[in-house]
Amino acid sequence: MKKSYDDATINKLNLMAVKIRKHIIEMLYRAKSGHPGGSLSAVDAIVALYFFHMRQNPKKPCDPDRDRFILSKGHAAPALYAVLAESGYFPVSELKRLREINCRLQGHPVCFDIPGVEASTGSLGHGLSFANGVALAGKLDKKDYHVYVMLGDGETDEGQVWEAAAVASHYRLDNLTAMIDRNFLQIDGNTEEVLRLESVRERWSAFGWYVVEVDGHDIKQILDALNETDAHKNQPSMIILNTVKGKGVSFMENNVDFHGVPPNEMEYHLAMKELDLLEKKLEAYT
Amino acid sequence: MYNPRKAYGETLVELGKKYPNLVVLDADLSKSTNTIMFAKKYPERFFEMGIAEANMITTAAGLASCGKIPFVSTFAVFATGRVYDQIRMDLAYSEMNVKIFATHGGISVGKDGASHQMIEDLALMRVLPNMIVLAPSDATQTRKIVELMAETKGPMYARVGRADAPIIYKKEDMKNIKIGKGVIVKDGDDATIIACGTMVDPALEAQKILSKQGVETRVIDMHTIKPLDKKLVLKADEETKAIITIEEHSIIGGLGSAVAETLAEEGCKCKFMRMGIKDVFCESGEPKDLLEKYELNEKYIVKNVKQMLKK
Repeated sequence: MKKSYDDATINKLNLMAVKIRKHIIEMLYRAKSGHPGGSLSAVDAIVALYFFHMRQNPKKPCDPDRDRFILSKGHAAPALYAVLAESGYFPVSELKRLREINCRLQGHPVCFDIPGVEASTGSLGHGLSFANGVALAGKLDKKDYHVYVMLGDGETDEGQVWEAAAVASHYRLDNLTAMIDRNFLQIDGNTEEVLRLESVRERWSAFGWYVVEVDGHDIKQILDALNETDAHKNQPSMIILNTVKGKGVSFMENNVDFHGVPPNEMEYHLAMKELDLLEKKLEAYT
Repeated sequence: MYNPRKAYGETLVELGKKYPNLVVLDADLSKSTNTIMFAKKYPERFFEMGIAEANMITTAAGLASCGKIPFVSTFAVFATGRVYDQIRMDLAYSEMNVKIFATHGGISVGKDGASHQMIEDLALMRVLPNMIVLAPSDATQTRKIVELMAETKGPMYARVGRADAPIIYKKEDMKNIKIGKGVIVKDGDDATIIACGTMVDPALEAQKILSKQGVETRVIDMHTIKPLDKKLVLKADEETKAIITIEEHSIIGGLGSAVAETLAEEGCKCKFMRMGIKDVFCESGEPKDLLEKYELNEKYIVKNVKQMLKK
């Protein structure tokens, strides 16, 4: 079903995205470990899904009719945890215990004790296969839920992703929308230097997917793409999110050094200052 | 004689009626694993995944997360080692209700050679937290084990061989079969043979030969390798003079290792020996010739039991 929105909604979602980015920086600074770059690049799409597009109820996390989101790039866990907490799946105060002993917020997401986490991820390349299973079950049960899955671009080096890509198109899983966080950076450097991925669009098209490409930080474009891919029939859909690794914090942007390194004290204060400014700017529009 | 793979296929069809949530996945081997029987009866609940086992395992996890009971089948070699990370993350760690039923386990798969002879699967699966590891010994027990897999929650691995296997049990013997409980198939107080899967039959053959020579052996069918029936092992340690384990599997990490760990921790009183593949890759050949070359038949069981009792 097409979901319409107005400018006020977009502004609200943009504000939430800044709030989530602040949570991420705070969480990683406290934990003194984790992955800022790929968490920040993934934020806008996840916010668009949870705070507007998906059919979800935090009070009924196991509702069989819910839409599902699977974070295949499990190292972006801070983004998912912050969104789940802000949605009401668990207390926001728990976020500060990320990666601590005796805390359920593990370094990478686990499905069995955090409400709202659909799949345990962290070993790359599994998420799309898992999403296929959920989508196949939806078809079998004649349910109208939709399955969303987010992959990292470097993650698609994994062969299992292409096994899953073939199966999704073979079974015409039009209740499935995958997204690639196309930020062009993986641990060892630029994706095109580590192991060439281009053309991403043509690869997924050749596998029988309906492909849409958007600015992955433009929530309006993301919502339009979700409406378009939800409505597309007989094929699974792929949304290529053109993103910037470390988005929102100037010195982290496009900086591969922040793939898996948390901010130090000085960086933390700088980052929070930038995000506070951005927040004030957006608040002025409301 | 009856093929345990065929028993598996037939049982899936029966369970398909009992459990509307049961689904089956295969990786282009449905004619060999016999999941094709289910595919014909319930085509909408059968998913052909192609020659892509990693994706098959994780897809099954996704199906299980929606309340399905997926049975996943392929040859033991592709069902475990090839997809170890997927089993670890998506089934064991995630505690997903997925059942892996592997066929063509062990060296006697035939002439395909070491690439197709899976002798490490029990070890690989046994080391995973939350994983239950099973090796039924004949067609009758296979039916019961498959039923128990469907009705018991959690990730499980079961393996059978390729060949037809002698019928050991009657249907009524299955009333007491429980996951985690071994079965005393023959009682005796000189020595104990603990066997699993394809090796239970030669263990019983060896028992007959030994009995004629005046040596009475207890034969235990340890169809559940994990969790191991420690009580039954310790009872044998208490009541017989020697324990010998036998499995169509590497001597490292499988049934023999599980029994050895238990005995060592409890202070083993009796003599103990393991029979299995002695840390080598095997080769192509007729199944019976392979079992002879790698010393896994009744002849070698008899020899080893007598040697242990002599010492």
